[in-house]
Amino acid sequence: MGALTESVGIAWQWLWSGDARLWQIVGRSLAVSASACALACLIGLPLGAWLGVARFRGRAVVVIGINTLMAVPSVVVGLVVYLLLSRSGPLGFLGWLFSFPAMVLAQTLLVLPLVVGLARQVVQEVEQRHGEQLRALGAGVGTRAVWLAWDERVALLMVVIAAFARAVAEVGAVMIVGGNIEGHTRVMTTAIALETSKGDLPLALGLGLVLLVVVLGLHALVALLRQASQRWAGPSAAWERLA
Amino acid sequence: MSARRGSRGGGGWRGWRALGLLWALAAIMVTARAQTLVVASTTSLEQSGFWAYLMPRVRQATGLELKVVALGTGQALDLARRGDADVVVAHDPEAEARFMAEGWGLRRHEVMVSDFVLVGPRDDPAGARGGDILGALRRVAAAGEARFVSRGDQSGTHWAEQRLWALAGVSPPAGARYRACGCGMGQALNIAAGLGAYTLSDRATWLSFRQPGALAVLVEGDARLRNPYSVIVVHPARHPHVQAVAGQRFVDWLRGPDGQAAIATFRLQGQSVFRPLAGQ
Amino acid sequence: MSPCLALDDVHVRLGRAAQAALSGVTLRVQVGERVALVGANGSGKSTLLRVLMGLLPVQQGQIWRAPDLRVALVFQQPYLLRMSALHNVALALWWQGRPWRQACERAQQALHAVGLGGCAHRPARTLSGGQQQRLALARAWAQQPHVWLLDEPTASLDPHASAEVEALIRAFAAGAAPADLAPAAPGQQAAQGRTLVFSSHHLGQVRRLASRVVYLEAGRIRADVPVDVFFDAQRLGQHSREALAFLQAEMP
Repeated sequence: MGALTESVGIAWQWLWSGDARLWQIVGRSLAVSASACALACLIGLPLGAWLGVARFRGRAVVVIGINTLMAVPSVVVGLVVYLLLSRSGPLGFLGWLFSFPAMVLAQTLLVLPLVVGLARQVVQEVEQRHGEQLRALGAGVGTRAVWLAWDERVALLMVVIAAFARAVAEVGAVMIVGGNIEGHTRVMTTAIALETSKGDLPLALGLGLVLLVVVLGLHALVALLRQASQRWAGPSAAWERLA
Repeated sequence: MSARRGSRGGGGWRGWRALGLLWALAAIMVTARAQTLVVASTTSLEQSGFWAYLMPRVRQATGLELKVVALGTGQALDLARRGDADVVVAHDPEAEARFMAEGWGLRRHEVMVSDFVLVGPRDDPAGARGGDILGALRRVAAAGEARFVSRGDQSGTHWAEQRLWALAGVSPPAGARYRACGCGMGQALNIAAGLGAYTLSDRATWLSFRQPGALAVLVEGDARLRNPYSVIVVHPARHPHVQAVAGQRFVDWLRGPDGQAAIATFRLQGQSVFRPLAGQ
Repeated sequence: MSPCLALDDVHVRLGRAAQAALSGVTLRVQVGERVALVGANGSGKSTLLRVLMGLLPVQQGQIWRAPDLRVALVFQQPYLLRMSALHNVALALWWQGRPWRQACERAQQALHAVGLGGCAHRPARTLSGGQQQRLALARAWAQQPHVWLLDEPTASLDPHASAEVEALIRAFAAGAAPADLAPAAPGQQAAQGRTLVFSSHHLGQVRRLASRVVYLEAGRIRADVPVDVFFDAQRLGQHSREALAFLQAEMP
């Protein structure tokens, strides 16, 4: 219990003291995960939306594949990306190992299946219920994917947040491809791992609390956005509750 | 898919542009730095804060920015074999000799020496306390209740531990009494503190460890606990992209009077941890 | 009178269902007719409408459509996107290839035609049930369809809204356009009645709107008679006993 109160004290002090090293680490965590989340969503949201609407042979296999990849452990992704980026590997010429781009790549690959899978689920549900109405108005697969996704944008925003939360909280991938190098590739999670292994538990817990505050702030932001959006667009159609 | 959301564009767009600019700026700042050297190092040097202490001095003297990747010695050498590091700092003479024999290294220099210590529970149920490491290990192996935590990760410390068991002529405790964690030194000490177990640690990590709990040093000073650190530049003939010149510059500084002085003045808890070797 | 839609011995099976949704359905719809589909739930009314719209594939049989025929299907519970009423209608037109500005103008006209002119910029989902159904009608009207297909258009509405929607349907079926609106496209005869195929549980509505009644049971057409025959028990009994039984069960 003593360690816990000590760490709360440390975390509190830090957040107000503006310790440069801490904020560098926090900033780097956010930058890596935000970049990865942005890339994954840029590719994954359209792909997931399309998959939610399209029907083709072998679709079931693709969906199962993506659902499986959603749960892949982060260390496995880290290992795969490491082997790709190693100098002895196919993408070694990029020289990305142990640097910012490597971490972004690893986290992008980690959350991409999550984004695709969840977006597919969101869009597929509304397509199954109402897709034929849009078809009756002349909307093809691509058009339906775009507009159903746009209509469900609040739900998809939650998907984006979930992806970011997964990215910012993972340690396996970013440790392996980043190397946890002081001043270059150390992020909150790897710093926590390091401080824990040095036995500096209050410090590690303090960092953990900072991480929690950041993620909490994000979720609060999303809740606010959701409220605002509902106030404008009205509650979900009463029809949907009858259905 | 020509999605046009004309009526809603407006204010949000400017925000995105500013964000993108900021991000690009940050990315540029990250990449346009002083020349960086990738150093694969043992975890003990990282965890004890030795690198944090040395890096500013290196930057000032040579203009080099060190990127230190901390792994067990075995992993560090493998990293160098794959060409993902420019310089290796290790503390396992046998593994290093193999590395050189295979032609991966340009030159090997011993730059400093430290020692290992046997730590264990303060009340010492196995009676390991005393001057002789081999005797201590024999007593730990024989004692019914004593537990031992091993690195188990091909690190220099791990191999040193294996050599000592072999020299003592006993096999390590059997079954659940021997815990190989496959982890760094700090983790191993955490586990030992938690279990009330014995473990072999390097002096640097031990001195910088914050939660020793009921652990204490039981055996030290034995000549067999000598722990030499060497630095090897990866051979450019095997990996042409390796920054051999910069690496050599770093090694030269480390072996020179300034580097050796820096090594000697590194202190943890008031104790000098490393003894410079390059002069000898 | 020329046919505009025809089904020939059509069989439809939905997914992996054991029972066929439609069996051996043969139907010819003439231009200007107002056909009512009646039958119990699950008798295949909705399926038939979707087949006429072209939304469902048929396992057996032929579907025929007059060339260049525009068909619109209005559902029982309209799906409106989270945007303004105007945009909901305009978007449908935009998907069909109209330039956006034109689509918006046309949408405004359509909203006016159904009496929602003042609600153009309100979020569609904040409209009442009756207003939403009228919006769905506007969405269909904007496409100037030759054939209106309606799947139980007033089933979810209260009596007042129901009456409003029915009045609109009747007006559209008659081809009437409010005096202050320009006709949809040059060359289109505004005076000619539109073709109507609708399903309904309200027999009063059927009597008011339809010129012909088709009775379905378990995916088959059991009766296909003019409306006055349908509501004449004696004559209906001569055509189909099942239809008569249904009528007697439905009418209190």
